[in-house]
Order: sequence, then structure tokens, then C-alpha cells
Amino acid sequence: MQEPNKLKPFFENLNFERDDNTMVINFGPQHPSAHGQLRLVLELDGEKVVKAYPDIGYLHRGVEKMAENMIYNEFLPTTDRLDYIASTSNNYAFALSVERLIGLEVPRRAQVIRTMLLELNRIMSHLFFLATHALDVGAMSVFLYAFREREFAMDLVEDYCGARLTHSAVRIGGVPLDLPAGWLEQLSTYIDKLPEQIKLYEDLLTENRIWKMRLEDVGVVTPEDALSWGCTGVLLRGSGIQYDVRKEEPYELYGELDFDIPVSDRNDSYGRYRLYMEEMKESVKILRQLIPMHRKTEPQIMAHNPKYISAPKEEIMTQNYALMQHFVLVTQGMRPPKGTVYAPTESPKGELGFFIRSEGEPYAYRLKIRAPSFFHTGILQHILPGTYLADVVAIIGNTNIVFGEVDR
Amino acid sequence: MRKYTPKDNVQGKAKYTDRFWVAPRVPRESVEEESHFAAVYQAMNEAVEVLDAYVELGQLVIHIRPEENIAALEVLKNTCDYAMCSELSAIDYLAQDGEFEVFYQMLNLKKAKRTRLLTRIQEGQAIESIVPLYAMANFAEREMYDMFGITVNNHPYLKRIIMPEDWVGYPLRKTYPLQGDEHAAWYEVDKIFGKEHRDVIGPENRDPGRIDRYDSQRFSRVGYEVPFGAEHGESETEQPIEYSKQILVNYTTGSEVLDTRK
Repeated sequence: MQEPNKLKPFFENLNFERDDNTMVINFGPQHPSAHGQLRLVLELDGEKVVKAYPDIGYLHRGVEKMAENMIYNEFLPTTDRLDYIASTSNNYAFALSVERLIGLEVPRRAQVIRTMLLELNRIMSHLFFLATHALDVGAMSVFLYAFREREFAMDLVEDYCGARLTHSAVRIGGVPLDLPAGWLEQLSTYIDKLPEQIKLYEDLLTENRIWKMRLEDVGVVTPEDALSWGCTGVLLRGSGIQYDVRKEEPYELYGELDFDIPVSDRNDSYGRYRLYMEEMKESVKILRQLIPMHRKTEPQIMAHNPKYISAPKEEIMTQNYALMQHFVLVTQGMRPPKGTVYAPTESPKGELGFFIRSEGEPYAYRLKIRAPSFFHTGILQHILPGTYLADVVAIIGNTNIVFGEVDR
Repeated sequence: MRKYTPKDNVQGKAKYTDRFWVAPRVPRESVEEESHFAAVYQAMNEAVEVLDAYVELGQLVIHIRPEENIAALEVLKNTCDYAMCSELSAIDYLAQDGEFEVFYQMLNLKKAKRTRLLTRIQEGQAIESIVPLYAMANFAEREMYDMFGITVNNHPYLKRIIMPEDWVGYPLRKTYPLQGDEHAAWYEVDKIFGKEHRDVIGPENRDPGRIDRYDSQRFSRVGYEVPFGAEHGESETEQPIEYSKQILVNYTTGSEVLDTRK
């Protein structure tokens, strides 16, 4: 029995040493394959998990509270810190919900750039998933190869916005910059090289005996469970339900682009791994279609709406009214109309949406982040019992959870 | 008399308010005939009392009574094919009406339509758990309880999820300040040493730019070799390291003299 004292308070009434044959262990919060700060309390019968209890909150920073105390433009860089593997998708989801709230039309060039960045982020996130998942399962070399390709994608994003992880590359109403000279050529080189690399990873893993043994029929999520537990993204499509927000409720340019939504009815980790690989190929396909679209657009990159959006820099420096507007928007912030918006987007992890209740003030009255990883952590308590301890690592890696997003 | 400041909403406020400013509202459209939303509205109206229904930014919004949340969600799930509940949480309107607004954001995957159920509960009033219908509520309702203190009846495991179990206060309420309250500031001290140690330790200085000149643990002292953790005054013998106590540029007099040692 534990003996509580002031330095070691009684630990949540968990009886670690038990009289029956089961044993309770703490998996995390500092476990390298917990992918962040996940504390998983597992009740084990031998090697088998009898009960799992995910304990989260170790990375809680009160992002939703901060949103209630900031103007909308101030909050945008904070969204970087949610899913820090693919920051632009968070920036974009927030910008999209504010744009829907104020009814803003984004210029086409900004749409092209945003869609490019979103897909580039998807590739970065999926490569990161593959690398860390393979590392968890024991395929060390895949980690090195996948991180090499991810570096090139991060270089591209760095060339665009100057940051590698916390991009803030999207603004409410458009994008801050046009693409630098030569960027599209570099992007096309990258997406020409990437499919060869994906094929290399697939050659290493897809038919690999150990990889298949570790993933096949591990972490089974039935379609009913996936719906009930609010799984989205690859976890939902890996259970045979073809739902992708990009296809079903198109935003940006996804309505005009030609791409497929891969779906697998295997319900297990192996099927989901295959989906991640297919999705990267689809992202390459989308990027290839986007490159010629950039040239055909007008150079405007920020929406023109003096009530909510600052004018371009040249206008601010030359025209009095634009300067006044800019001053008011920076010091006081925009005041969106009263109302509620929930704008779903397909982030690399699943359905990411910002629920915003505005009361006509420069600060959001309530901002709720619908983070896919939060619900993918929740389902762990349902799918882990009955699996072996060694599979727990594979399943956590396969759900692709990021704790910036879970704890917010 | 000093100005009375209400404490029921301590969140950030607009620094400038125009008293003639009337905030516009996002247009609310009535439910169109023959549409998918009309069918949902019809089915809901038969099962529960619909207080208000409109379409806002392409999503159907239905206001219901809090006691009927299970009945309404059963209709949505079984009759209208809303297989997924995307999100559920609350909004604090305690300062205005003494109420919380609880929302359920629903998704119909087959038709790609979204509906939002809204219901208002009094402070202290409990709401029925929707875990039997949507298991995602297991985590979401725990978060709602954690952040707002809304009790959820018949939840399988209603416990704080993000904040520690012994946390005092509900962080997303409007009465809770952004920097945290007194309990938050003393949380670790109270837990490890006990409340009586607050005086011993003294208030924490959260100014990141604060420098204690005689702190020998984090800063070195220019010109002195001071042992780690030494008290002020001990072993402050001057070392032969060249440094100047002289002000290099005196901005008050505007002198142009730089380092006189050169």
C-alpha cells in the first residue's frame, strides 16, 4: 500500500499493488512513445490489458481561455501551438471560422497558397506520423528516411513564412505574403521526388513480415465505435466510412481539385497505415494541380474589407484613411457580428473545427476547439482492453495523437 | 465614491467602446420547405418541444429544453441519421442570465449536414449524460464538468479531466481570471507544504524581467568570484577583472563620452 505524506500525496486512490493477479502500471507521462504527455493507467493481467484509463492535461495551457482575452488577430499565432506538427492547418481552421462569421471572400491567389500550404502540412504531418510510428514499432531506419523528406517540406515552408514549426502562415482574410521567387519550382522538384520516397517506405514496410505482424488486427476500431467515439480523419476512414471534410463540405479550392479519398475496411492499424501512405500520394496529386493555378490568379492576396481587414502596406503608408483603419484594427481589433459559427476542416489528424460564439465584441465570447486528437485519446480506453502491452505502443502511435491539441 | 466594478465577468474587455455602436447579427434564415433541415425540424417538433429553430451559416440550430436533450438526440440519431456528435460544450452566460448554454454539434455523414442543439441550464442544474447515445461524450462531458462545473447525471466517470483532481474553481467560467485565482497561484505550495507555508515562501514574482543583483544561484556577479548560493556580503573580494562602474553614456546630460578606459 502507498503511504501518503505531504510530498507524495495519495495517488488518486489507485492501488498499485493488488491482491489479485492484476497489476496497475503508469504508462507515461514521460514515456517516449506516449507521443507527448500522455499518462495511461493500465491494469494488466499478465501481459494483457484489462482496463485502460488515459489521463491527459499535462500540456494544458488554457488556449480557449486565452482566446476569450485576445483580439482575433492576436489569437492566430496561438493556434500554432495546438497541433504543432502541422501548424498551418490550425491557423487556417481558425481563420476560416472567423471568415465565415464575418462573411469574407478570400482572393483566389490566397486560396491557392493556402491550399498548397495545407497539403504541404498534411505531407509533413503524415511523414512525421510514419517516422514516429515506425520508430515505436521498431523500424528505426524508416524514421531517418521519413524525417529527411520532412526536412525538405519544412525548408519549403521556411522559405515561404520564415518558420519551420510555428508557421502562422495564414491571416484572417488571406495570406501575408505571396510565394517567393523560385518557390514553385522547388515545390515541383519536391513533389517529383516524394512519390519515389513514398515507394521506398512502402517497399520497406508494406510487405514487411514484422511490420505486418505488429499492425495487422491490432487496434481494431469498428465503424460503430468510430462513429460513436467521434473518430474522424484516417481513424474513421480506416473503419470503412468514407468521410472527408475536403470532399463532402469543400472549403478553399478543394471543390475544384481532382483527388480521391482512400478508404480501408480493414478496421486495423495496418489499414490505417496504408491510408496515410495513400493520402500522401493524393496530397502530391493536389499540389501538382495547384502549381499551374497560381500563375493564373490576380496578385491580390488579402481580402478587401476595410471594416475587418487592414489595407495592404503601400496603402497604409500612403493613404490617410487606410492608416486610420489599420490603427483601429490593430489597437482595438475587428468586431465580428453577433452569432455562432462552427467551421469544420480536415486537418491531417481529422476533423478540426473552431466553434466561435461572438457577441459583437473584439474578443471572442467563447471559442471551443474541436480537436480530433482529443477524441482519439478518448477511444483508447475502449480499444486498449484486451490487447497486449506491446501493442499499446503501436496503437497509441497509430492513432496519431498530438498533445498540444488534446490538452489545448 | 470609487467606481464599482462587477466581478461576474473578469475577461478581457474592449479598450474602446462606442456607445452608439450596435453590433450586427449574423443573418438567421428560417428553415426552408422541402429541405433536409425541414425534415429534421419536423421530426424534432413531433418528439420534443422546440423553443426556436433557424439556419445560421448553413447549419440548423434548434433550441430545446434541457430535460429533453436525450429525447432530442435520440430523434437526431435514429430518425435523422445524425451518426456523429462532433462536439459538445457549454458557454457561460451566468453574468447575463444566470445560465449556461450547452451545445451539441451534430453531423450527418450521409448528407454532409450539420445541426446544432442548444439548451440552457441554470447554475447548479444538472444535465443528463448522452454517453449511452454517443460515447464521445465520455471525454467531452468530463471536460465540460472540469471547465464549467456543470454536473452531468449518469456519466460513467465524471471526474476532472484536464485540471488536477484537487483544483479549486472552474477555469472557463467568466468569473475566473486569465492569470488564475489565489488557489491557482498557491496550488503547489498548498499541496506539498501546506497552507501555513505561504508566509514562509512568500509571493512568487512572475515578472520575467526581474533580476536580483545579489542572487548568486542564477547570475554571476561581474568583477567578483562568488560561490554558488553565497549570501550577499560574503567573500565579495575584488577580482582583477577589468570592469567599469562608470556610466558609459550619460543620457541625462547628453555627453558623448564613451568608455573612458580606451
